[in-house]
Amino acid sequence: MAEAQNIPAGSTTTGSIAVAAESTVATRMSAPPSYDVADFPVPHGREEEWRFTPLARLRGLHDGSAVAGGADLKIDITAPEGVTHELVDREDPRVGKAGKPVDRVAAQAYSNFEKASVVTVPKETVLTEPIRITVHGAGGTAFGHQVVELGAFAEAVVVIDHTGDALLAANVDYLLGDGAKLTVVSVQDWDDNAVHVGQHNALVGRDATFKSVVVTFGGDLVRLHPRVTYAGPGGEAELYGLYFTEQGQHQEHRLFVDHEATNCRSNVVYKGALQGQDAHAVWIGDVLIQASATGTDTYELNRNLVLTDGARVDSVPNLEIETGEIVGAGHASATGRFDDEQLFYLMARGIPADEARRLVVRGFFAELVQQIGLPDVEERLMSKIEAELEASAA
Amino acid sequence: MATLEIHDLHVSVDAENGPREILKGVDLTVKQGETHAIMGPNGSGKSTLAYSLAGHPKYTVTGGTVTLDGEDVLEMSVDERARAGVFLAMQYPVEVPGVSVSNFLRTSATAIRGEAPKLRLWVKEVKEAMERLHMDPEFAERNVNEGFSGGEKKRHEILQLELLKPAIAILDETDSGLDVDALRTVSEGVNRVRETGQVGTLLITHYTRILRYIKPDHVHVFANGRIAESGGAELADKLEAEGYEAYTKGGATA
Repeated sequence: MAEAQNIPAGSTTTGSIAVAAESTVATRMSAPPSYDVADFPVPHGREEEWRFTPLARLRGLHDGSAVAGGADLKIDITAPEGVTHELVDREDPRVGKAGKPVDRVAAQAYSNFEKASVVTVPKETVLTEPIRITVHGAGGTAFGHQVVELGAFAEAVVVIDHTGDALLAANVDYLLGDGAKLTVVSVQDWDDNAVHVGQHNALVGRDATFKSVVVTFGGDLVRLHPRVTYAGPGGEAELYGLYFTEQGQHQEHRLFVDHEATNCRSNVVYKGALQGQDAHAVWIGDVLIQASATGTDTYELNRNLVLTDGARVDSVPNLEIETGEIVGAGHASATGRFDDEQLFYLMARGIPADEARRLVVRGFFAELVQQIGLPDVEERLMSKIEAELEASAA
Repeated sequence: MATLEIHDLHVSVDAENGPREILKGVDLTVKQGETHAIMGPNGSGKSTLAYSLAGHPKYTVTGGTVTLDGEDVLEMSVDERARAGVFLAMQYPVEVPGVSVSNFLRTSATAIRGEAPKLRLWVKEVKEAMERLHMDPEFAERNVNEGFSGGEKKRHEILQLELLKPAIAILDETDSGLDVDALRTVSEGVNRVRETGQVGTLLITHYTRILRYIKPDHVHVFANGRIAESGGAELADKLEAEGYEAYTKGGATA
């Protein structure tokens, strides 16, 4: 009954809070960050950063055997007036500035892309309409790099939609000038066979505000690595994530927030629902508070809702604190189960089984979606969740 | 007039060493407007009867019939039974994280009534029902049963009883864990529903305490998986004085 809800169903939650001079977050990686794929050994699957990922399903992205080609990846960018958009070489100083690749696939993407796409919002430009980037695959293999740069005090919302089928390794850099405000919504709504691996680097300027909403619904394997570093004091990062992992899907979100500057804030909330045999969600939440980062305020939270038997969750929050002079630091992870007793209770009130399940999932996600603060995005996500629930009930 | 007829009901649960029979031939008829108290010692099968009528998957009906106005209740799924008019107020209501009380109530009322209640009227209806049960309005925004005290859970069950207006209400140990004030409030709620004359009530309890507030027309003593004795309200007085001893030793196999 009630007490059964927190018994994890096929899940692990092994968090740690380390208070140490030595950085375990950094040393857990099998190679130091680098732009060059040759600096990373080919993973065999037992490395800390790869141990949850089914390497065979990366179809060669991890060992160099995946070659760009096949049907083109179609990328469309729609931007309001005042925004510039260009294709540049990797020598462009903006490319890779937000962070180095930290694993072999990210480095492979960096080493293999031909041109990087750069979208720039000039300083003090406040957009009233979002910038829309649509990425549609037709079954080919691709490597890419996207940069979104906001000048000082610029404000923008960027919505990136991924649809279709692709084998894609692509990184995204967000460069926020001082006092800039950027909200990014990245939706992974791939077809069933797609594989998408990428690193999202945000470099948050002094007093800038970065809000990221990562929404993963589709794909055979999606593995994203959102990372935040602060270029100056007073920055804020809100990292929201939402995933709906279904039968056979592997959805992995690995977050890292590196607090080096003083008086910065980070808040991570990721929520996922799983259903079906071999649905596998992985959430890694690493937060490092360096000795210099006094005044830091951070919290990370992961919640999972397991709807059926056969699904698996691995949730690992890690918080590493090298200074005691902080405002707050904490983390929480819990995996609950939509159990027979909840179903019985709702059905005993006349609610059919499918609708009962929808009610619970909708409620579970609504708590997160309501925090996004963009009514049209919220509405779109809820109707997307609605559609996802309809599809899974059929 | 709605009538629930239980005839020779046998129910088993899966135990470690195979199925174990809990109900061993229950016969009972509950008509709209009547209140039946089912009393009995712990382990006599009272709650099994309640959950079996609602269709909990843990219980397997191995024999007998249950009909509501001639319709076979045992053939219905859990939600169909509720829509047919069977309501079970649970002894241990279940937490449903992420689902607010207001959302839950409206979804449930929509399912039971067959159409969504008009929003403005509905808000008023819920508000008034909550006031009658001395429930704080902010209660509607909390998640179903999450962090509720024992008394809040029972009030919430009776709130649903008042809003869903079933033909047959089964109240499983609604009095357990309530202090006197909460017991009175909850009983008043049950009585308001009874006074409409539209509901047949099956009041399952271990103690006679609640019968001071809710006067039954019939009292049945439950022992060893069946009804051992039936009578009027005076039977409860006898139980109050003598306890269940006469039914539990020796007589249990009768």
